[in-house]
Amino acid sequence: MNEAVPSYLSPTGQEIVFLLLGAVAVGSALLVVTTKQLVHAALWLVVSFGALAGCYLVLTAEFVAWVQVLIYVGAVVALLLFGIMLTRAPIGRSPGLDSGNRVVAAIVAVATAAVLVTVVIDGFRTAYADLTPGRGTAGELGSSIFRNWVLPFEALSVLLLAALVGAIVLSRTDIRGR
Amino acid sequence: MPEERKGRHVMAGVLAADPTLADFGEDPLWIIVVKAVMLFLFLALGVMFGVWFERKLISRMQDRYGPNRAGRFGLLQSVADAVKMGLKEDILPSAVDRVLYLLAPVIMVVPAFLAFSVVPFGPVVELFGVRTPLQLVDLPVAVLFVLAMGAVSVYGVVLAGWSSRSPYALLGGLRSAAQVVSYEIAMGLSFVAVFLFAGTLSTSEIVRAQEQVWFAVLLIPSFLVYVVCMFGEAARIPFDLPEGEGELVGGFQTEYSSSLKFALIMMGEYLHTFTAAGVAVTLFLGGWRAPFPVSLWEGAGQGWWPVLWFFLKFVLTFAFIVWVRASLPRVRYDQLMSLGWKVLIPVSLAWILLVAAVRNVVVNEGDRMLGIGLGVIIVIGVLAVWMRFDTVAQRRREALGAQVEAEPEEPSDERAAGGFPVPPLDLPHYHGVSRS
Repeated sequence: MNEAVPSYLSPTGQEIVFLLLGAVAVGSALLVVTTKQLVHAALWLVVSFGALAGCYLVLTAEFVAWVQVLIYVGAVVALLLFGIMLTRAPIGRSPGLDSGNRVVAAIVAVATAAVLVTVVIDGFRTAYADLTPGRGTAGELGSSIFRNWVLPFEALSVLLLAALVGAIVLSRTDIRGR
Repeated sequence: MPEERKGRHVMAGVLAADPTLADFGEDPLWIIVVKAVMLFLFLALGVMFGVWFERKLISRMQDRYGPNRAGRFGLLQSVADAVKMGLKEDILPSAVDRVLYLLAPVIMVVPAFLAFSVVPFGPVVELFGVRTPLQLVDLPVAVLFVLAMGAVSVYGVVLAGWSSRSPYALLGGLRSAAQVVSYEIAMGLSFVAVFLFAGTLSTSEIVRAQEQVWFAVLLIPSFLVYVVCMFGEAARIPFDLPEGEGELVGGFQTEYSSSLKFALIMMGEYLHTFTAAGVAVTLFLGGWRAPFPVSLWEGAGQGWWPVLWFFLKFVLTFAFIVWVRASLPRVRYDQLMSLGWKVLIPVSLAWILLVAAVRNVVVNEGDRMLGIGLGVIIVIGVLAVWMRFDTVAQRRREALGAQVEAEPEEPSDERAAGGFPVPPLDLPHYHGVSRS
C-alpha cells in the first residue's frame, strides 16, 4: 500500500484495461436508463455487469468476477427479463417509460455519485495497491468472510430470508390478510 | 520415456503425470493455439457425429434403422443436413428485433465452446515435443466458470424466444429462463460436496483428487442430483420444456426456420449436452482416469491412454442421455419446477450439511464431539422438518377426502357414452358463444 506511487502518465496495460472496462460499465449503465426499449435496457444491464466482472478480473479477484457473472448476469438479470416477459414483452420503443421525476432523479444521482467519488478519492488519494495474484482466491475470501465478516454475512442471510418469506406471503392467495 | 524427450518444461519438483494448477500458464503461445484448434475440432466433429450417433442409437432402441443413406452407415447424414440448411432460403420474419434475433443463436453457441475449455481430457502429455496438460486452460475457480457459462447461454434461448415476436417462442424463452435459473441452483449445490472433498474448484485438481475413488461412488446423492440437473440444464428430454413441440410448436426456436441459424441452435444444444456430459465425467466419474479393472494396469494413466478413457466415459454418458430420451416422456412444467425446488434443492442442502459434518469428524479429529453433535442435530432437524411437512400434507389430504365425501361428485349421465367417459360435447363455444 505504501510503496512509491507510479506516475499517472505511464499507466500499465492492466490500468488501461481497467479504465476501459470502467468506461464500458458506466456507458452501458447510462444506456440502461436512457434507452426506450425495455428489454434492451435489461441487456445493457448485462453488459454493465459483465464489464464490472471484467474489472474484478483485472484486479485478480477471479472468484468474485465469476460469481458476479453467475449471480448478476446469470440469475438476477435473467429473472428481470423473465419478469418483463411474463408481464409484457414489447418489441420496439415503449412510450411512457420516462418518469416525471427524471430531473430530480438525475440531480440526486449526480449528487450521490459526487459524494461517493469524493469520499473514495479523498480516502485513497495517493494509495497504490499492488496487484499480487492470489489475494482474491476462493480460499482467502472464504476465510475472511467467515472469520472477520461473519456477522454482516449472517445479517444479510437473515435479511434475504425475510425477503423470501415476504415474497411467498405476497404471492400466495390462500393466506388471508387480517 | 527418454530423458531428452521430456521437453523444456520441467515442472517444479517431480514430473508428475497428474497436472495441478501450477502446470498451467507455462505453455508457449503456439501450443495453446494448437490445443484450442484441437478442442474446436473435437467439438465440431463431436456435434457432427453426435447427431448421427444419437439418431442411430435411438433408432436401434426403437427397433428401426435410422439414417443409413448418406455415406456408409449414414455417417455423412449430418454433413448432408448442414449442406441442406446452408442452401435453404434464409427467412427473416418481418416483425422480429433483428439484432437480437441474429445474435441469439451465437449467444447460445459461444459459451458452450468456452465452457469446454476447462474440461481436462488427459494428464500431462507430450504434444509436439512439449510436455503440457491436455486441457486448454485451468482456473482456480474453473467449475464456477462452467456454471457461469451455462448461465450466460440461457440468454441465447431467452432472447431467441423474445426477439422472434411469437407467443410460442416467447413462452419457450420464458420457460427456459425459469428452468435454467432453478436447476442451476440445484446443480451448484450438487457440486458443493465435490468441492468439500477435493478442496478445490479447479477441474484438473478435482480429477487429481479422484485417484482413489470416484466422486460418483463416494458422493452418490450429489451425483444423482447432478444427473437430474444435467437434463434440466441442457434442456434435454424429459426436461426439454423450452422446446416442447407437443405444446409450443418448437418453443423458442419456432421462428427459426431451418437455415444456418437453426443449425447454430442445434449445435448449441448439442454442445450444452456435451458440456453436461463432460462435467459429469470430470467431476464425478474420475475424469480421464481408467475405470476399475483397467486402472490396475500401471500404464493406464500414462501417455495418451487417458484420452481414450475420457472419451469412452464421455460417449457412455452421452449414450445414457440418449437412452433417457428414448425411455422417458416429457414432464409437465409444474412437475419440473416442483422437482427442482421441492426435491433437488432440499435434498442437496441436507446432503451438504451431512457431508460437511462427516468431513469435520474425519479431518479434525479434535473436534470429533462437535462434529458428531452437529451431525445428530442435523439429522434430528431434517427428520423434524420432514415430519412436519408430512403431517401438513396428511392433514390436507384428509381435509380433501372429507370434502369429497361431503359432496360426492355426481357422474352425469350425459357425459357417459355407453359407459365410457367422454368430454362434454355441447360446450358453449361449440355453438359460437364465447365463454365470458
